[in-house]
Amino acid sequence: MSYSGGDTYGAPGTPGLDPRAPSPGGGRGSRILGGGEGTRSVWVAVLSTVLFFVVAGLLIVRSPGWSAPGGVRQDFFDAAEFRYSLPRILDKFWRNVLIFCVAEAVVLAFALLLAVMRSLPGPLFAPLRVLATSYTILFRGLPTILVISMLGYGMPALDLQGIPNSPFFWAIVSLVLVYSAYVAEVYRAGIESIHPSQTAAARSLGLTRGQAMRHVILPQAIRRVIPPLMNDFIGLQKDSALVAFLGVTEGLLTAQIISANDFNFTSYTALALVYVLITVPQVLLVDWLIKRDQRQRQAGGVG
Amino acid sequence: MSEPTLRIEGLHKRFGELEVLKGVDLAVDDHEVVCLIGASGSGKSTLLRCIDLLEPVDAGRIVIEGLDVTARGVDQNAVRSKIGIVFQSFNLFPHMTVRKNVTLAPRKVLGLSDHDARVRADELLDRFGLEAKAEEYPDRLSGGQQQRVAIVRALAMQPDILLLDEVTSALDPVLVAEVLDAVRELAKQGMTMVIATHEMGFARDIADRVCFLHEGSIVEEGEPAQIFSQPVHLETRTFLDRIIAAGRM
Repeated sequence: MSYSGGDTYGAPGTPGLDPRAPSPGGGRGSRILGGGEGTRSVWVAVLSTVLFFVVAGLLIVRSPGWSAPGGVRQDFFDAAEFRYSLPRILDKFWRNVLIFCVAEAVVLAFALLLAVMRSLPGPLFAPLRVLATSYTILFRGLPTILVISMLGYGMPALDLQGIPNSPFFWAIVSLVLVYSAYVAEVYRAGIESIHPSQTAAARSLGLTRGQAMRHVILPQAIRRVIPPLMNDFIGLQKDSALVAFLGVTEGLLTAQIISANDFNFTSYTALALVYVLITVPQVLLVDWLIKRDQRQRQAGGVG
Repeated sequence: MSEPTLRIEGLHKRFGELEVLKGVDLAVDDHEVVCLIGASGSGKSTLLRCIDLLEPVDAGRIVIEGLDVTARGVDQNAVRSKIGIVFQSFNLFPHMTVRKNVTLAPRKVLGLSDHDARVRADELLDRFGLEAKAEEYPDRLSGGQQQRVAIVRALAMQPDILLLDEVTSALDPVLVAEVLDAVRELAKQGMTMVIATHEMGFARDIADRVCFLHEGSIVEEGEPAQIFSQPVHLETRTFLDRIIAAGRM
């Protein structure tokens, strides 16, 4: 029996990084530097890499538009402007953090519900299956910015009693709606990757369909889809910037305001740095998880 | 004569165009061990899966302890919990330790407390020489150990009848004996069993009765001595001759 068999990273429609493109030559040695044998090839790799970046750097720095007055260096990499904008951006970036943390928590649960609905068998559950399927198809087909605009402007305009009318709230709802469609597909891929013999074994012991799903299928399925799940969350974190379009002063809008006031784009550089600092560790973690899973699969073998 | 533990009447099962079971009749008494033999594709596995209600039947009746389990309105989960099945490929839950594998159903289906389920599991693991493996994950065990855990997992539900579906076919030859010994032990203790197997020597040893399946029906059944020494039907003879020619008996 193979625990980690089957292709689990084929989750369709995953935005952001594609987990289906594993590190080339992954396994031994440094995959970035090519992983050849011997110290000589390592030196060649290091040298050519350094050379490449030095040449590329020189090309940029020596370009006519780099250091001219009003050039790229001044416009995007102004030290004083950076010192001014970074704390102001961080001050508003907590809103992005709040948005994606709340959205991620809700997405985890809602998408699971959708995926389980979609995997219900028999004619009785046909309506639920159709509903869940149409949902994932519709919301994977809509641009996130469009959903945010429609809900963010439309729902408060309805002036309904009892529903919140803050754009902040509807921005979170929009992100939840869109990303749940993707994450539901990831879950479904995980559920379908578990061999039917596991269900048979669980049912043969007298467990109900629900119990088999809860205790046997889902724990295995979710473990398998953690890397693609994290990819979707990184996408969601980046898309939290779209909330700026509703006039919520979060990171991006703050950077825009500073940039417009000071006629300088360094605030964007500062915001980019903030995103890099929170997403890159997660990207590396995903890569590491995928690699570890591959290793386990190879080492685990068949029982 | 009293009602047999298991009675099958006119069982039919088809997968699409292919009719796998073409009217199977079989009765198994309490404490009886019945071995199903026959070529691959003769319907042994399907028959066992039908008995455990893992496959819906197309026609016929399956009566267990006097209850027609193929009738409408029967609580199929309750029926399954009283029938144990052990699969060719073990099908242990890889994300659970051995002990969790064994206690899951007693806790969730029978409602045993964690403590009671654990006592029951440990007692069974002990009996099958697996006490040291209780905290291991299935992937860390040998095939033979995994299959014994699967047997223990089925026994923990205290089934009325145990179905074994070619339980040694996926095993390394050197590991076959430990699993067969475990099954012999069960037979000695009076477990009612239906065993689909390719191990003819084992079938001859352990079975009270051997049924030869051919193309979806039982063409011959009798005591092992009779079936293996003086088979009546041509198909049985042909099958056994092939087995002997292959050096498997």
